[in-house]
Amino acid sequence: MAARLKPGQGPLDYGSRLWLKILFAVVLLFLYAPIASLIAFSFNVDKTGVWHGFTFQNYIKAWHNDAIFNALSNSLAIAFCSTIFSTILGAMTALALWRFKFPFKTPFEGFLALPIVVPEICMGVALALFYSKTGMMTAVRDWIWPLNLINIIIAHIAFSFPFVAVVVRSRLVGFNRQLEEASKDLGASEWQTFTNVIVPFLMPSLIAGGLLAFTLSLDDFVITFFSSGPNSVTFPVKIYSMVKTTITPQINAASTVLIVITLLATFIAMKIQAPVKTEKS
Amino acid sequence: MDYWKDFRKVFFTLMTLGSFWMLLFFVVPMGFLFVLSFSSKAIVNGETSILDYNYFSTIANYVDAAGSSYLVLLGRAVLWSAIATIVCLLLAYPLAFAVCFSAPKWRPILLLLLILPFWINLLIRTYALIQVLRTNGFLNQALGFFHLPQTDILFGTSAVIMGLVYVYLPFMVLPLYSTIEKLDKSYLEASLDLGASQPRTFWSITLPLTMPGVITGIILVFIPCLGSFLTSDLLGGPNNWMIGNAIQNQFGEANNWPFGAALSFILMYATFFVLFVRAMLTRRSKGVDA
Repeated sequence: MAARLKPGQGPLDYGSRLWLKILFAVVLLFLYAPIASLIAFSFNVDKTGVWHGFTFQNYIKAWHNDAIFNALSNSLAIAFCSTIFSTILGAMTALALWRFKFPFKTPFEGFLALPIVVPEICMGVALALFYSKTGMMTAVRDWIWPLNLINIIIAHIAFSFPFVAVVVRSRLVGFNRQLEEASKDLGASEWQTFTNVIVPFLMPSLIAGGLLAFTLSLDDFVITFFSSGPNSVTFPVKIYSMVKTTITPQINAASTVLIVITLLATFIAMKIQAPVKTEKS
Repeated sequence: MDYWKDFRKVFFTLMTLGSFWMLLFFVVPMGFLFVLSFSSKAIVNGETSILDYNYFSTIANYVDAAGSSYLVLLGRAVLWSAIATIVCLLLAYPLAFAVCFSAPKWRPILLLLLILPFWINLLIRTYALIQVLRTNGFLNQALGFFHLPQTDILFGTSAVIMGLVYVYLPFMVLPLYSTIEKLDKSYLEASLDLGASQPRTFWSITLPLTMPGVITGIILVFIPCLGSFLTSDLLGGPNNWMIGNAIQNQFGEANNWPFGAALSFILMYATFFVLFVRAMLTRRSKGVDA
């Protein structure tokens, strides 16, 4: 076996094996070529899918296309509202689970994980049923924007906040409770301790959890598809209906914008979470 | 840890909103769905009503769902998810391995490259894949450029499985990476030192020790595949439906919500069964360790 190794290559140097490098390259091509071509063709002059020259026209047209613009702004508004509430709810739940012993705690934790494991489509149809039976589906139709999106926002909070709770709880594991005791010894109230000691400590996980909720919300198609009424179309739902009928480069342009927004959020989340790891080690 | 009774106010402040949200917007809708799955459409004035149901009146929906045409869709979902999961595993294991054994400064970048697509919207990725696979798509343009025969895989089984692998591969890479990274490399060195070949080392040392990651990866890919309907809808078309498509259809065009509800519960039971098997497996492997 060792005879086949090149000089300087240890038996455990799997990373430098040629076949692994080739496999890696092929998989990266498989993962990125479709996305890269989608982005490239957002700058295409022609709409047939054959390259005819570079242009920004598709971006300008998409911006002026009311249907696409509304869908994109709906998606962002929903993601924004859902992020704020999911972060608050997730953090509160994480704090409760971290701090307190209470009866039925383990079943409660399993119960919180349900939105994570139940198939999205089942949660989607359940919410569709709930909204139409309670009349919420039609009631919100004429409310002012973005309140007419409230059903979707509610649904997004329901499946996002358990994820935030997981992120926040993993940060709380490293919290030294003596800090909290010291704060209370020095006369701070429960609330003062919370705002001056616990929240600053949690801040990185709150931002990371919030950005996770943001991307989860932007990413969701299935639950939105079922819980949205006919007038509240989000960007993924819009692409879905357009893919079924016509494919236009304006969709490529709008998709590119959404990809950039999502990736920015992801990178910020990673930058913020990175120092946490070094602190621990 | 504090006992909840000692700080009732704090406890209830923290717990109420989250529990309320889960109860009202998850449990209650699921309860509605459960009731509906045992209901039939009401007949009002001799016509089938759109909105009214006879609640808890029948198990006909489940009987219908057990009919062969729907069992086929469930079976197909299980089969295709299994194939996609195996392909993901076969691709992701060597990749995660390569990342773990590459130079430390490259590791985060390589890992990020593999999981970054996970953050991009599922619909955008599926749409990108359609543009590649369709008849005048980029794949055929590339093949034509090299004067190779054209393919026509969009709206076929292989396109669906390819789509599932494309979408869920990052889910497999992550757990595999985290277990392989924790693997004590001296075990591998010891095995090789003692004369075991590389394949023998892999089968008797590396694979058993990274089994927890393999199982987690399988679960993380298999479960969402099982319930997926978008991939089979957009890449497979009407001849390649999975159980998820049937549910969507019953809540959409076919407009038979009670039957769709029954199908949803069958899908959920299948999911829970998979999780149950996983719990049994991990319990057993713990027993071996101890």
